Amino acid sequence: MNKILNIENLKKIYHTKQGEILAIDNFSFNLYEGEFVSIVGPSGCGKSTILSILCGLEDISEGTIRFNNNSTIGYMLQQDSLFNWRTIMENCLLGLEIKNELTKENKQYVLNLLNTYGLGDFINNYPSSLSGGMRQRAALIRTLATKPDILLLDEPFSALDYQTRLAVSDDVYNIIKKEGKSVIMVTHDISEAISMADRIIVLTSRPGTVKSIHNIELSNKSTPIENRKAKEFAYYYDLIWKEIDYHV
Amino acid sequence: MYSKEHIKYLKKIKIDKIIILSIQVFLIILFIGLWQILANYNLINTFVTSSPIRVLKTTINLYQTNNLFQHIFTTIYETVISFSLATLIGIIIATILWWNKFISRVLDPYLIILNSIPKVALGPIIIIWIGAKTSSIIVMALLISVIVTIINVLNGFNKTDSSKIRLMKSLGATKFQTFFKLVLPSSFNNIISALKINVSMSLIGVITGEFLVSKKGIGYLIMYGSQVFNLDLVITGIVILAIVSAIMYYIVYYIEIKLIKND
Repeated sequence: MNKILNIENLKKIYHTKQGEILAIDNFSFNLYEGEFVSIVGPSGCGKSTILSILCGLEDISEGTIRFNNNSTIGYMLQQDSLFNWRTIMENCLLGLEIKNELTKENKQYVLNLLNTYGLGDFINNYPSSLSGGMRQRAALIRTLATKPDILLLDEPFSALDYQTRLAVSDDVYNIIKKEGKSVIMVTHDISEAISMADRIIVLTSRPGTVKSIHNIELSNKSTPIENRKAKEFAYYYDLIWKEIDYHV
Repeated sequence: MYSKEHIKYLKKIKIDKIIILSIQVFLIILFIGLWQILANYNLINTFVTSSPIRVLKTTINLYQTNNLFQHIFTTIYETVISFSLATLIGIIIATILWWNKFISRVLDPYLIILNSIPKVALGPIIIIWIGAKTSSIIVMALLISVIVTIINVLNGFNKTDSSKIRLMKSLGATKFQTFFKLVLPSSFNNIISALKINVSMSLIGVITGEFLVSKKGIGYLIMYGSQVFNLDLVITGIVILAIVSAIMYYIVYYIEIKLIKND
């Protein structure tokens, strides 16, 4: 498989009046094409910071980040962040508008995505008339609109209630697989990570560094909800849970 | 078809509304009636308190001789001009301060001082610098309303949802794009509310300005009346002002209802 992203010895220091905080230290990893990687770790370990750095929202202090084959990224946040004064279609076109790529072909591409993933009847609706799950799907299509190679998902389902969360993670997973994207997903939910990821990176508490990497091999691997029934699920859950330093 | 209970509920809402309205009408009639009766029986000195009939007579008199509507329109004209200028200038300055956090931090204490100083105190300087004319009144009103506009609009800009700002940045948006596609539209409701405050602020400014320097306007009527000890004219001016300001408030209020979209 092709390496699509390569991070080496990443270090991030935050500066505040009170002093400096070493948030991430010596973080290295490779992402391969088509792979779904999940990063888990105790809260405050810098897992979201890694995504912010990857999409250029924050600078790094040391280390290198290499995107191979000019691969581009799309960022999806915990909040759907849909603009309530724009229709669903207009919301999904936001990225293209910003990049000045509002061509007829691109518009058609977004329209096709909306149609394929069940939002075709809602393109002229405003976000307020959509359910939480549909809004999250619209947010995903907005991210897909600019055709990124790598998707960065930052706790994408945390704002949803548990039932919706299961359904939406299934939904999002299927869309991502169908579109053949590589994914880095940050989550604090171990079962969510096991049910979706091919590989799980466990971070230590601050400064965040790689504690261990697990290849998730489930028998009868299918959708996230089905994966939760796999017999290896409990084994991985126990393994990873014990590795994360929870300070209660 | 609604259930019986629901029809009862709707009826109760309607009856409550009628009761409140009738009490409101009753109170104003009671007030005017009492005022007139006390005046008729000489229980109050109409030279200082005037009376509803005298107010009415003064209004008619003003209308016949002295161009009542000229005074009203002068005040409205001055208010509309200073309101529009304050809105425009306020939004532009707020935009600059949002755009450049450095300028914003430098100017912050000055804005606070300008906001807290009673602008009437600047009246004499304005008259000397600009002269005893309409533009002085407009500058006076502008000073009173523009600072409040800047502070309110800037507050709205700065309250833009931070995760939406992150989204724009992650999509590679320029500051220009972030402002026009996110910050400005998301502060829309906030700006409209700022305008509502602005209308009353401008009217306060205009009346204050007319007190200091004018030959026309409702403020002039009140001031002139008090100088010649014609309390009929003073109270008539106040009544007209109350009506004008209520009408202006409701116009903005209805515009607000029409424009503000509910989330």
